[in-house]
Amino acid sequence: MHHLEIRNISSSYGKLEVLRDVTLSADKGEVVSLIGPSGSGKSTLLRVLIGLTPPTGGNVYIGGNKVDYNSRKSLKDLRGHMAIVFQQYNLFQNMNVLRNVTIAPVKIKKKPREEAEVRARGLLQKVGMEEKADAYPDELSGGQQQRVAIARALATSPEILLLDEVTSALDPERVKEVLDTIRSLTHEGITLIIVSHEMAFVREVSTRVAMMDQGKIVEVGPPEQIFRSPVESRTRDFVSKILSH
Amino acid sequence: MNYTFQFAAVLEELPYLLGGAVVTLQIAFASFWGGAVIGLFGALAKVYGGVVARRIAAGYVTLLTNTPALVQIFLLYYALPDAGILLEPMTAVLIGLVLNAGAYLTEILRAGVLSVRRSEIEAAATLGMSQLQIVRYVMLPHIAKTIYAPLSNFFVWLVLGSSLAALFGVEELTGRAINISTANLRSIETFTIVAAIYIVLTVIASASLALVGRWAFRVKAKVF
Amino acid sequence: MFERLVTEAPLFFNYHNMVFIGQAMARTLGMTLIGCGVGFVFGMLIAVVRQTTSSLLWPVRLVVISYVEFFRRIPFLVILFIVLFVIEPLMPGTSLFGIATVSVCLLSTAFLSEIIRSGLESVPRAQVETAQILNFNVLQTLMMVVLPQSWRVILPPAAAFIVMFIKDTSLASQLGVIELTFAGKMLINRGFSPILGFGAILVCYFALSYPLSRFAAYLERRLAPS
Repeated sequence: MHHLEIRNISSSYGKLEVLRDVTLSADKGEVVSLIGPSGSGKSTLLRVLIGLTPPTGGNVYIGGNKVDYNSRKSLKDLRGHMAIVFQQYNLFQNMNVLRNVTIAPVKIKKKPREEAEVRARGLLQKVGMEEKADAYPDELSGGQQQRVAIARALATSPEILLLDEVTSALDPERVKEVLDTIRSLTHEGITLIIVSHEMAFVREVSTRVAMMDQGKIVEVGPPEQIFRSPVESRTRDFVSKILSH
Repeated sequence: MNYTFQFAAVLEELPYLLGGAVVTLQIAFASFWGGAVIGLFGALAKVYGGVVARRIAAGYVTLLTNTPALVQIFLLYYALPDAGILLEPMTAVLIGLVLNAGAYLTEILRAGVLSVRRSEIEAAATLGMSQLQIVRYVMLPHIAKTIYAPLSNFFVWLVLGSSLAALFGVEELTGRAINISTANLRSIETFTIVAAIYIVLTVIASASLALVGRWAFRVKAKVF
Repeated sequence: MFERLVTEAPLFFNYHNMVFIGQAMARTLGMTLIGCGVGFVFGMLIAVVRQTTSSLLWPVRLVVISYVEFFRRIPFLVILFIVLFVIEPLMPGTSLFGIATVSVCLLSTAFLSEIIRSGLESVPRAQVETAQILNFNVLQTLMMVVLPQSWRVILPPAAAFIVMFIKDTSLASQLGVIELTFAGKMLINRGFSPILGFGAILVCYFALSYPLSRFAAYLERRLAPS
């Protein structure tokens, strides 16, 4: 069994089926990217995985254990293993950078504050934000906030990190700094599930790429296959349209 | 406790109470429209007036909104006879409520006038709109949207606030409740029913104001 | 009229009357502060209950929503009478001040819960979701994330609301609580001119309300979300 197994997950919003029978897996340390047109269900899949949107069918297994999305305890356990970074960063506006990164370890995992702060400063250094530890989110640029959000997610020591269009809200010149940060995570044994429109980046860092369309996974394969010789015509159309830009 | 509720005696008086509700609405309407006239002048004075007009309007609003209407009316009712002016209770109450409403409506209308953006007026003028058209198509829609919800809430507030008229012997809803309860000694039942009438009255007022707002100004006013 | 004022003024502004008015002012302030303090605590509870989505809690939500909607639609005077007539036979010894304060609590709970609710709702949903994902429980989310971000929306109208309540407590004079308004009536019954009596009372109300109004306006400017 793979580290992360998604089996036949479905989800609907009212009558609209947003996800249909999605099956996907990832081994430990793998980087799996989800590509596809907007509205194809990529972000919804991440929201389902982290337990923000309830699935209407199917199962998710982490390390061989089934996740019960209706159980508070199971969700809590899941979120101890899995973290997410959003397009809109969502830093706590009432806390400074350091506090944003230490709040979960100190208040939720009950780690000693000193230890948590040392580790937080290490993570902030890793994302290049150690000098802004005392700044508040509204004093930072989008790219800086996003790097702090990544540090905050890493502070919970996740085995699986979900990245939901983390560069989409950024100015073009800020995209690189965030992508560099993510690139530095790809060899640390963390399983990354990436939703992104940065095709060059996806192609470079992914071990596998999944093409989604209309709530379904159309094709999964190594980046070379998806970008150079896709089997499905929908993948071919999407990739050629995106790359011609 | 072995108190037995007896609503029958109160329900017999329902027509009398509903008559009081009509008086309550009349007081609320009169105060609202009287206050609206003062409020309009007050708001215009505050936004467009010179220093003196602005000061007077500001002083009026500050004095009235920081003291209780009840005591203001007491002052009118008991002090004016010293100066040779005798007021009917209803007149004193109406003057007091109109002056109060005027102060609050000055602030509400001022916010409305301020909601009009100069840039939009300029844009309308460059399109060749006449003064009247600018008022009709550019200014009024903004003003209506900004003030409609606060105006509706304020009207409901006046319906409730007019109950102080009872303390001067005016026979509106609360006044008639006092009359009944002193006669039948069923105070809890009487005031429970009167509370229910107030709830119904204000829900109807809010709902119809919300409907009118949606229809006339496309304002999404909430009933609750 | 003026002659009467001039001759009465020295008699009116004596030590005894000033202490009397001061005590009345303390009662007005006491009713308001206790009422709004209690109202804030219960209003907070109601606002939090209304944020819940669990289907098990819907009867509780229905009760608190009805409470808020009913009490916001009954005149304070009528609430005063109902509380008086309910409490008197149940607890015969209760002071009039107590009865009036309970009435203030009942009404302020309803109004403050609405103010607090709009404050809680002003915090973006994503902030709450993020807290969930970091495994915050409901109380932690409220205390660490939602409340610290909603003060700026709650405080200005809450301060303006307290001003409204200082004024509404004048209706408690009808029960015979010796607060400012009733003190004014008593002074007039002792023979002082209404202008002097009620004028002094109006000045006292103004002294209580005006600083708070200014503070509310200051908060509004200062805390307005940019």
